Amino acid sequence: MGANLINNYAEAVSMLLFGIGFTNLLLQKNLIKKIIGLNIMDSAVYLFLALKGYIDGRVAPIVVDGVQEVEAYINPIPSGLVLTGIVVSVSSTALMLSLTIRLYKRYHTLDLDEISFKLKKEGL
Amino acid sequence: MRDFVQNLPLFSIILCLLSGSGSSMLKGRTAKWVNTVGISLVGVMSMIVMLYCTEHGSFVYMMGHFPAPWGNEIRAGVLEGFMAMFFCIIMLLSMLGGRKKIDDEVESTKHNLYYILVDLLLCSLIALVYTNDFFTAYVFVEINTIAACGLIMIRQNGRTIEAAVRYLIMSQVGSGLFLVGICMLYDLTGHLLMSNIREAIAQIVANGTYSEPMLVSIALITVGLAIKSALFPFHSWLPDAYGYSNVSSAAILSSLVSKGYIFLLIKIMYRVVGFDVIINSKVLHVLFIFGLIAMVSGSVSAIHENDIRRMIAFSSVAQIGYIYMGLGMGTMAGVVASIFHILAHAATKSMLFISAIGLTDVSGGSRHFKDLTGAAYRNRIAGLGFAVGSLSMVGIPLFSGFVSKLLFMESAVELHWYKMLPALVVLGISTILNAVYFMKTVIRIYTPVGSLYDGKEGYEVRAWSRQKLYTVTIILFIIVNSVLGLCSGPIIDLIQDGLGMFT
Repeated sequence: MGANLINNYAEAVSMLLFGIGFTNLLLQKNLIKKIIGLNIMDSAVYLFLALKGYIDGRVAPIVVDGVQEVEAYINPIPSGLVLTGIVVSVSSTALMLSLTIRLYKRYHTLDLDEISFKLKKEGL
Repeated sequence: MRDFVQNLPLFSIILCLLSGSGSSMLKGRTAKWVNTVGISLVGVMSMIVMLYCTEHGSFVYMMGHFPAPWGNEIRAGVLEGFMAMFFCIIMLLSMLGGRKKIDDEVESTKHNLYYILVDLLLCSLIALVYTNDFFTAYVFVEINTIAACGLIMIRQNGRTIEAAVRYLIMSQVGSGLFLVGICMLYDLTGHLLMSNIREAIAQIVANGTYSEPMLVSIALITVGLAIKSALFPFHSWLPDAYGYSNVSSAAILSSLVSKGYIFLLIKIMYRVVGFDVIINSKVLHVLFIFGLIAMVSGSVSAIHENDIRRMIAFSSVAQIGYIYMGLGMGTMAGVVASIFHILAHAATKSMLFISAIGLTDVSGGSRHFKDLTGAAYRNRIAGLGFAVGSLSMVGIPLFSGFVSKLLFMESAVELHWYKMLPALVVLGISTILNAVYFMKTVIRIYTPVGSLYDGKEGYEVRAWSRQKLYTVTIILFIIVNSVLGLCSGPIIDLIQDGLGMFT
C-alpha cells in the first residue's frame, strides 16, 4: 500500500489537486475563485491523463529521423484526450467568466449569495 | 457493402451541426425555418433507423473505416432510434408552442442565436444517444451543458443569469467527476470504445484484480451524471433555471437535457460496465435511496410554491427521483419502467410548461396562484392542456403517467422486501403529494370568477382562433400523451427489445 503510494506519487498529487479544485468550485462564494477552482480541477485531470500516457525513456510521438518503432514513443491517445479536454474547459471557463461579468455589472459584487439576496429583494 | 440507412445516424448529427453553424449567417426568420425543418428531418431519419433496426438488428458504424480499437464508432439499435425520434418530436412541439414567446422575449438581433443553441442542443442529444465512444460522449455532454446554459440566459434578466451561473457550476462539478471517472476507466482498461471496455471489465472481474479502482470509477461516473441530471441534493439550480427562462427553453431543459444524461447513464450501465457488475457494485442502492428522497422532497417543495412555473420545476425534481428509483431497483423491469418514465415525463412536463405560459399570458403575465384563478376560462386550450398534463403526472389512467407508475409498481413488487417496502410506500406518498399540488392548481384555474378581472390590464379572453399554432401544439401534445398512455404495450416491447440489443 505504502510502496504503491510512493511509486504513484504523481497520480496522488493530481488527485489531491482535483480535490482542491473540486472543493473550491463547490464551496467558494466568490465567483472568480470558483472559476479558478474549476481550472485547477480540470488541470488535475489533464495531469493525470498525461501521466498515464507517459512511458519512461520514450519521446513524444512525432516521427523524426525516420524512427518508426512503436517502442520509441509514448502513448499518443491520452495527449489527444488532454487537447480535447483543454478545448472544452477553455470554452466553459470563457462562458462562466462572461456570465460573471454580466452579474458584476448588474449587482456590483462577485459573491453569489449576496447576488441571490439582492435578487430576492428585487422580487422578480 | 453496408446499407444506406446505416449512414443516417451520422447524417442526423452532421445535419444539426450544419444547420447550427449555418444559422449564424441567417436572419432570425430564416433560422427559425431551418431549425424547424432540421428537427423534423432528424426525426424522420431516426424513425427510419428505428424501423431498419427492428428488421435487421443493431449495427455499428465505423467513422472513416478505422476498425475497432482505434476508430470512433456510432452504434444504433431500436431503442437509440426510438429515443432520438422521441427527442425530436418533443423538441419540435416545445419550439412550436413557445414560438410567440421567443419572438417577444428574445432580443430581435439574437433570434438566430437562439436557434443555433437549439440546433446544437439537439446535435449533442442525438450524439449522446448514438455514440459508442466514451470520450465523444464527454465532449457532447459539455456541448449540451453550454447550449443549455445559453438557452437559460437568452432571456436577459438578473434571475436567469444567476440561474445560468448556478447551473454551470453544478454541471461543471458533475462533468469534472464524469471526466475523472472516464480517465480512470481508460487507465484500467486501455480502451475508449464502449464494447471494448466491456470486454476488458469482464476480464478484470474474472481475475479479481483492480476491483477497488473500478468501483471508484463507476461511482464517479454515476455520481457525475446524477449531479448533471439534477438528482435530489443537487437540484438547487433547477427551479430558477426552469422557472424564469424562456418557456421553450424551460420545456426543452426539463424534458430533454436531463433525460439525455440519464439515457447515457443507462447506456453505460448496460453497455460499458455490464448490468451484473453494476448490481454487485452497490452503486445502485445509493441511487435508489436518493431517488426515494427526491420523490418526496421535490413534491413537498412544489406544494409550498406559489409560483406556477416554479411549482412545475419542483415537480421535475420529484419525477427525476422516480427515474433514479427505477434504475436503483437493479432489475430489468425497473430499467424498463425508468425508460418509459423518461418518455412519459418528457411528454408531460413540456406540455405543462407550454400550457402554463398560456395561462399566465391571459392573467396579466402574473404567475402567482391567486392571479391565475379562472385562467382556464380565459384561455380554454391552455387550461385543457394543463389539466391533461396534471392528470398524467398524478397517474390517472388513459394518460402516460399512469402506465409508468404501473410499471414502477409492478417492478417494485418483484424486489426483495427491504427494497419493495420503501419503494411501494414512497410511490404511494409521492402520488398523493403530486395529486395535492396538481389538483390544487387545476381546481384554481377552473374556478369561475365572473367579471372580477374584466377591466384589469392584461386579463383577456383568448379564443383559439387567435392562437392557432399554440392550439395545434397543445392538441399534438395531448395526442402524444394519450398514445403513450393507451398504446403502451408496443412501446414497452420496443424498449425491452432495445435493451436486449444493448448487450
